[in-house]
Amino acid sequence: MAGRFVEGSRRVSIDTGPVTPALEHAAEKAARRRGLRLALPGFSYLTFFFALPLVIVFVYSFATRSATGRTLLEGWNLESYRRLANPLVLEIAWRSLWLAVLATVICLVLAYPFSYFIATRGPVLRNVLLVLVMIPFWSNFLVRTYAWRVLLGSDGPVSRLTEFLGLGETRILFTPTAVLIGLVYGFLPFMVLPLYASIERIDWSLVEASRDLYASGWQSFRRVTWPLSRPGVIAGSILVFIPSLGAYVTPEILGGAKTTLLGSYIVTQFLAARNWPFGSAMSFAVMAVMLAATLIYFRSGAKTL
Amino acid sequence: MRTGTRPRGLVERLLVANSWIVYLFFYAPIFVLIFFSFNDNRNVGVWTKPSLRWYGEMFQNDDVMRSLRNSLIVAAISTVVATIVGTAAALSLERYRYRGQRTFDALLYLPIIIPDVTMAVMMLLFFVQAFDIAAGAFGTRLQLGLGSISLSHIAFNISFVAVVVRARLAQMNTDLEEAAADLYATRWMTFRKVTLPLIMPGVAGGALLALTLSLDDVVVTSFVTGPGATTLPVYVFGLVKLGVSPLINAVSTLMLVASMVLVAASLYFQRRTKTAS
Repeated sequence: MAGRFVEGSRRVSIDTGPVTPALEHAAEKAARRRGLRLALPGFSYLTFFFALPLVIVFVYSFATRSATGRTLLEGWNLESYRRLANPLVLEIAWRSLWLAVLATVICLVLAYPFSYFIATRGPVLRNVLLVLVMIPFWSNFLVRTYAWRVLLGSDGPVSRLTEFLGLGETRILFTPTAVLIGLVYGFLPFMVLPLYASIERIDWSLVEASRDLYASGWQSFRRVTWPLSRPGVIAGSILVFIPSLGAYVTPEILGGAKTTLLGSYIVTQFLAARNWPFGSAMSFAVMAVMLAATLIYFRSGAKTL
Repeated sequence: MRTGTRPRGLVERLLVANSWIVYLFFYAPIFVLIFFSFNDNRNVGVWTKPSLRWYGEMFQNDDVMRSLRNSLIVAAISTVVATIVGTAAALSLERYRYRGQRTFDALLYLPIIIPDVTMAVMMLLFFVQAFDIAAGAFGTRLQLGLGSISLSHIAFNISFVAVVVRARLAQMNTDLEEAAADLYATRWMTFRKVTLPLIMPGVAGGALLALTLSLDDVVVTSFVTGPGATTLPVYVFGLVKLGVSPLINAVSTLMLVASMVLVAASLYFQRRTKTAS
C-alpha cells in the first residue's frame, strides 16, 4: 500500500472522537460506493456496446445462412466452425500467420538496435530522435500504407530507380512482399516504443558489473541486457503480431488477388459473400488466437500493455 | 541518471547505420507522397511542374468536404464522451477498491486487444440486431450512420483514454490529495483543485489519442456507416482501392499535416507533465 492512496482505508472521520470499527466500516463502505459510481458509466457502456455485441457474434456463428444470404436465427449448427477446416481457409490462415510472424521478426530485428541506439544517446539528442519516431506513430495508417502504393507503382520512384540502375522494372506491388513491407512499415513504431521504454529503464551498472567480471561484449548482452529488455521485446511483438494477423487495410491496398489474408477474408464474408454465420465463426476463431497470445504475454510477467 | 554503456568501434558504427536506414524507411515514403501532391500532372509518376492544382480541386470536391465534416463530427463526439467516461473509469480503478473491479479491468482491456476486424463485425451485428428489435417493438426504422459510427468509436476510445490516464495516476504522488483532505476540502474540491490539474496531462494525452484513433479508423467505420455518413478515411480508402491519383496525394498530405499538429500538441502536454511532477 506504500504511497497508494486508497480512499477509506486510511483516512477516517476527522472531527469526531475515537475511531470505532463501526465508523471505519462505514467509511470503507462509502468509499466502495463512490468507486462503483465512477466505474458505472464505463462499465455499463462497455457491457452494452462491447460485451453484448461479442455475445451476438458468438450466437450468429451457430446460425444458418439461407439460400439468399439472409441469416436465420434458427436451426443452430456447427457448420460454420466445420468450414474453418476447409483447405482454402487453412491456406489463408497459414499465409496470414506466416506473414504476421515474418513482420514481427523483421520489426524486432530493425527496432532492437534502433531503440538501443536511441536509449544510449544523451538526453537532448534522445528527445529529438524520439520525436522523429512519434511522427510516423501518430500519422494516419491508411495514408502511410497508401504512400507505398505510390512508391511501388509501375511508374513509381522505386521502379524508376531500378530501371535507371539497369535492373529492369520492379514488380513488387500486389505481391506478398508488398504486403509484408506494408505491415512492417505500418507497425514498426509499435515495436520501437515499448522496446525503447524497456531498454531505457535498464540499470546499466549491471552491464558494467558483467564487463568488470570479464564478460565479453556479446556475453554481457546475451546474459544481462537482453533478459532485462525482454518485457519490451514481448510487448512490442504482441503489438505488431496481433494487428498484422488481423490486417485488412494493408493487403487491400498493397496486395493482390493471391494475397487474401484472414482480415480481408472475414470482411468479404460480410460485405460481399453475405455469409454472416461463417464470418462470425472466423472472427471468433481469430480473436481466440489473439487472446491466447495476449494471455501468454501477461503470464510472462508483464503488468500492463 | 546514468545513460547506457555506449558501444564503441564496429558495433557503434553498425548501430548508427541501422538507425539511418530506419529513419530513411520511416520518412522516404511520406516525403515522396508529399512531393507528388504538388505535381501538376494527372499521372502521379510523371513530374511536370509544381502546382497547387490538386489542393484547389480538393477544397472544391463536395465528397471530400462532406466526409471531412462527418469525420470531425464523429471525432469530436467520441473524444469528449470517451475522455469523460474513460477518466472516471481510470480513477475508479486506481483509487478505489470494490467488488467486480477485476471484471471491469478485463472488460476495459478487451477493446484494445481485439483486432479491428472482429470489433467491426461485432458492431455491425449489434446494430443490425438492435435495429431489428427496435423496428419490431416500436415500429421505428433506424439506420446506420453518424450515430452508429460515434457509438462504436466511443466503445474503443474509452479503453485507450482509461489506459493513458491510469498510467498518469499510477505514477502520481498522492500526498497533495491527502493534504487537501486533511485541510477539510470537500471531495469535489479536492478533485477540482488538486487531482484534476495533476492528471490533466494524462487526460489531454488520452483525449488526443482518442481523437487520432477516431480520425484514423477505417475498418470499424466502414462496417457501421450508412448512406451519406462516409468519413474521410473511408472515402479515401474507397478511392485508394481504385488506384493512385494526385487528388488522394493532396488529401493524404492534409491528413499528415493534421497528424503533425497532434504530435506537437501531445509533446506540449508531455512537457507540461515533466514540469508538473
